Amino acid sequence: MNTKINFAGIEMKNPVTVASGTFGYGREYSEFFDLSKLGGIITKGTSLKPRSGNKPARVCETASGMLNSIGLQNPGVEYFAQNDLPFLRKFDTAIIVNACGSSIEEYVELCKILNTLDIDGVELNLSCPNVKAGCMAFGNTYEGVKAVTSEVRKVLDKPLIVKLTPNVTDIASIAKAVEDAGADGVSLINTLLGMKIDINKRKPVLANNTGGLSGPAIKPVAVRMVYQVAQAVNIPILGMGGIVNGEDAVEFMLAGASAISIGAGNFIDPYTSVKTAQGIEDYMKKFNIDDVKDIVGKVEMN
Amino acid sequence: MPVNLKAKLIDKKELIPGIFKFSVEAKEIVEKSKPGHFIEIRVNDQTEPFLRRPISIHNLDKESGKLEFIFQVKGKGTKILSTKNVGDLIDIIGPLGNGTFKYESYNNLAIIGGGIGVFPLYELAKNAINDGKNVNTYLGFRNKDLVVLEDEFKNVSTNLVLTTDDGSYSQKGFAIDFLRHDIEAGKVDSIYACGPLPMLRAVQKLAIEKNIPCQISLEENMGCGLGVCLGCAVKTASSPKDAPQYVHVCKAGPVFKAADVDI
Repeated sequence: MNTKINFAGIEMKNPVTVASGTFGYGREYSEFFDLSKLGGIITKGTSLKPRSGNKPARVCETASGMLNSIGLQNPGVEYFAQNDLPFLRKFDTAIIVNACGSSIEEYVELCKILNTLDIDGVELNLSCPNVKAGCMAFGNTYEGVKAVTSEVRKVLDKPLIVKLTPNVTDIASIAKAVEDAGADGVSLINTLLGMKIDINKRKPVLANNTGGLSGPAIKPVAVRMVYQVAQAVNIPILGMGGIVNGEDAVEFMLAGASAISIGAGNFIDPYTSVKTAQGIEDYMKKFNIDDVKDIVGKVEMN
Repeated sequence: MPVNLKAKLIDKKELIPGIFKFSVEAKEIVEKSKPGHFIEIRVNDQTEPFLRRPISIHNLDKESGKLEFIFQVKGKGTKILSTKNVGDLIDIIGPLGNGTFKYESYNNLAIIGGGIGVFPLYELAKNAINDGKNVNTYLGFRNKDLVVLEDEFKNVSTNLVLTTDDGSYSQKGFAIDFLRHDIEAGKVDSIYACGPLPMLRAVQKLAIEKNIPCQISLEENMGCGLGVCLGCAVKTASSPKDAPQYVHVCKAGPVFKAADVDI
């Protein structure tokens, strides 16, 4: 049975990765399992300079999911390169850095640095809903996505994946911008913008009022968007949004995702990612599938 | 280093309506736990409710590997947890947190707790009294009906002051007023606090005013409990006014030096 894939030029031993912002830089979960079991690790969103993030409360639980408004708190690329990357490199897994910025110039500066590091690829974050400048502000138009991605492409030789926000009218056209700008892959979905109100205080629970919804609650939206994007582009898709087991992962792959990410599912069970990899193999056994690639896009529409 | 295990529920008591004490077999967690640590519980194997529940450790029995925690039924998750029966397995990650209570270099401890914040202070008081420290404990509750663990704390305190806001039981007033009195009488060289935010703020202020080292255990909405999601942020006291800096309750805490955080 073959579970190896080449995603956007990145070799992975299986299609299971962990999503940005739900796995830190790997240290915490390495206390539970060998990170080499993962196809890849997408790091916490990392910026050119350190960011302190948003005021608390930053997270709250919702029906089968959660809202977050962390605000991209991270130590900056320099700190990452010196302190976190050497640790991550001890493991036999693909390391993909989620890169975020507030302006095109900042994305470009950051990616110039990332291009010199010992990493396997970059996931360009054009989709964080919790910061005032950049990110989702670029990610919700064809022109915005194409402009940032094209400029980054000029300075980045490594595999480039662009992570999309679902908070748009036509996800397929946004994905097309990624492909047109010369990126190697697309990942989706980031969180859906949401709000929860404390009815006793008559105030939103999150200090930032709104936040990004993740968890199984968003899975059907994510599967639909992966399917739509798969019809529109030829670059591979990293699918995510509420995956907590192998069956969920297979659903995304049938819809057209070549690889998948576990996000909030890491929080409820530290072993969700490794169990998901096993679950994909179980599905392959059940249906006599020899190569994991043969699941991708095999949904038969009614 | 936390571990994830299925711990067998060996005893269950409803202390007062809506507040449960659970005893579980969790040797691997108990071995590594210190006063102030917490655990995270997944109440079922579904995705609703979604997140784990962070709950403080009340008591550890290092010999038998028994861990006790006390929780109040507040929402969906704790409601489900409260229906577990003796013999059931409970999915726990722990011990969590890097900031724990450190009393070793002091001799005259003041331990102050309010309401359900008193639970994690028991393990601290027990350890300190066994180490020969003077343990002055101050517990505040709203009224008589909400008083819990009086005898337990009496057994691990040199002196116990118990207050109710309305005077319906024991001393009338706020625990902090009795603490202030004892500080002024020179009986206290360190303070350890857990309870509602207004109480913690008052204790923090008193400690700074009297220049007494103080450690406080904090709460904040948590996503992962492991230091990954960066959800449970608390502002550092040294933050420049226009550029707040944050540390995280689950990772740097839950116990902080009171002077280090802006609550």
